[in-house]
Amino acid sequence: MSWSELTAPYAFEFFRNGVYVATMAGALCGLVGCYVVLRNMSYIGHGLSHAIFGGYAAAGLIGVNLFLGAGIWGVVTALAIGGIVRRRPIGSDAAIGVVTTASFALGIALVARYGSPGRSADSLLFGNVLGVNTSDVWLVVGVSLAAFIFIVCAYRPLLFTTFDEEVAQATGVRTTWVDIALMIVLAATVLATMNVMGVTLIAATLVVPAVVARMLTDSFSAMLVIATAVGAVSGFVGMNLSYHHDLPSGSTIVLVGTVFFVVAYLGGGRFRSRAGTVAHAH
Amino acid sequence: MRRSVDADSALIVADQVTVAYGVDPVIVAIDLTIERGDMVGIVGPSGSGKTTLLKALLGGISPRSGSVTRRSDLTVGFVPQVERIDWNFPVTVAECVGMARASGFRAPWISKRERVEIDAVLDRLGLHDLGSRHIRNLSGGQQQRVFLARALFTGAEIIFLDEPTSGLDVKTRHEVLHLLADLNADGVTVVLSTHDLNGIATHLPTIVCLNKTVIGAGSPEDVLVPDVLERTYGSPMQILEHGGMRVVVDAGPNASVLPFQREVGA
Repeated sequence: MSWSELTAPYAFEFFRNGVYVATMAGALCGLVGCYVVLRNMSYIGHGLSHAIFGGYAAAGLIGVNLFLGAGIWGVVTALAIGGIVRRRPIGSDAAIGVVTTASFALGIALVARYGSPGRSADSLLFGNVLGVNTSDVWLVVGVSLAAFIFIVCAYRPLLFTTFDEEVAQATGVRTTWVDIALMIVLAATVLATMNVMGVTLIAATLVVPAVVARMLTDSFSAMLVIATAVGAVSGFVGMNLSYHHDLPSGSTIVLVGTVFFVVAYLGGGRFRSRAGTVAHAH
Repeated sequence: MRRSVDADSALIVADQVTVAYGVDPVIVAIDLTIERGDMVGIVGPSGSGKTTLLKALLGGISPRSGSVTRRSDLTVGFVPQVERIDWNFPVTVAECVGMARASGFRAPWISKRERVEIDAVLDRLGLHDLGSRHIRNLSGGQQQRVFLARALFTGAEIIFLDEPTSGLDVKTRHEVLHLLADLNADGVTVVLSTHDLNGIATHLPTIVCLNKTVIGAGSPEDVLVPDVLERTYGSPMQILEHGGMRVVVDAGPNASVLPFQREVGA
């Protein structure tokens, strides 16, 4: 394939927007996904995206802005999960399962009863990266910047709370506020990237880059960097492959991430043992 | 450690503290004062409330009744049980120590000044040049010391340790105990929980015997007596002297019963 053929789709604005959004959404999900994976909440991306679908349907029914309604619904759902886990002897997986599936079921019921309020339910469920407009691009830019600033500013409290919440709290970290802030960032991330990836595939974009990074490094800071890069590259490469091979963009992005996973699985242990040897010799 | 309050040296004062997770209280009417320079061991059987008392003193648990008063500017460190640590979490030794300074706005990366301080703490605890090692790739004693280093890096005046020698062999247990004694000699107040009476508690200057409430508190000579130990452990104990140290042995009716017998000619 020639260079001109490779770059041909960039003549179209919809494709450029799609590449921008897919790359940034991949990076954003990779970054935030590290905290999701390390808190053993891998299912939350899947659950939250379903829950937000419920909010989207409910917002359409009561006549408020769909994005605002779905966003508030997502944040409330995320906070409810965090609150249940803190206050009751229930694991995060169970709390996610109860709250988010209930919300999704409500959304399905509302859509079935009153019809889809706007954008087609199919595009929300499976994503429509080629249908993103300029406002979608700016939304992902805004959420990515906010998430990046939050993680930079709260890096150590976030790390301490994620690693050992009880000790962090005992030594003065306001762990409840850290948890709440992270849940809000997570809900915003899911909401901003849902149009691109779709409800059904968003969990993979949150989890796969972080898992790949974890297999390649034993350092937390390196994991953040690698996961962000893997997410961004998956989004960029996946978008281009989907165009040239006429494949669904969301699925292709996830499959590129899966290739990273397989490579890391096969070679990650060797890489980390080499790093350990260096540290030992040092 | 004294039971009365000395306003000048008291770091933490527990006054009639009762803590419950559900209906039944875990610890009841605890009166305890931790003073600057103390090295205190909280001993008791499983389920006696040792960890709960540590958390209440730390401020991690609110008492159902009574109060825990800490000096307003007190800096504390907490070393959790090693069994509670997620050893697969991706942190190097330096990252683990560095995360402890989490208050206020700080850059995500470890500054040059902090790096020097971390190296100094690691050197002090015998972890020289292990900063880039993953925490899983250390010996049991080294792992315990990493979390001690994390507590020291905060500049903690008082360090709480929950079962610091759990799972350690005899030699490593002695190393940890000597390290704690050295830190205490340098002015760090140490409060630890342990179920290990002979390996740890008898070596400490002050012991608190706990079984839901404080049964006895004071020096080993004052506390390691049959009456206090029987009320603490619910079983008769005998005290022996060996090399100037007190050794506690089980004196209950089943103490010498070993039901396992080798089958001859089997």
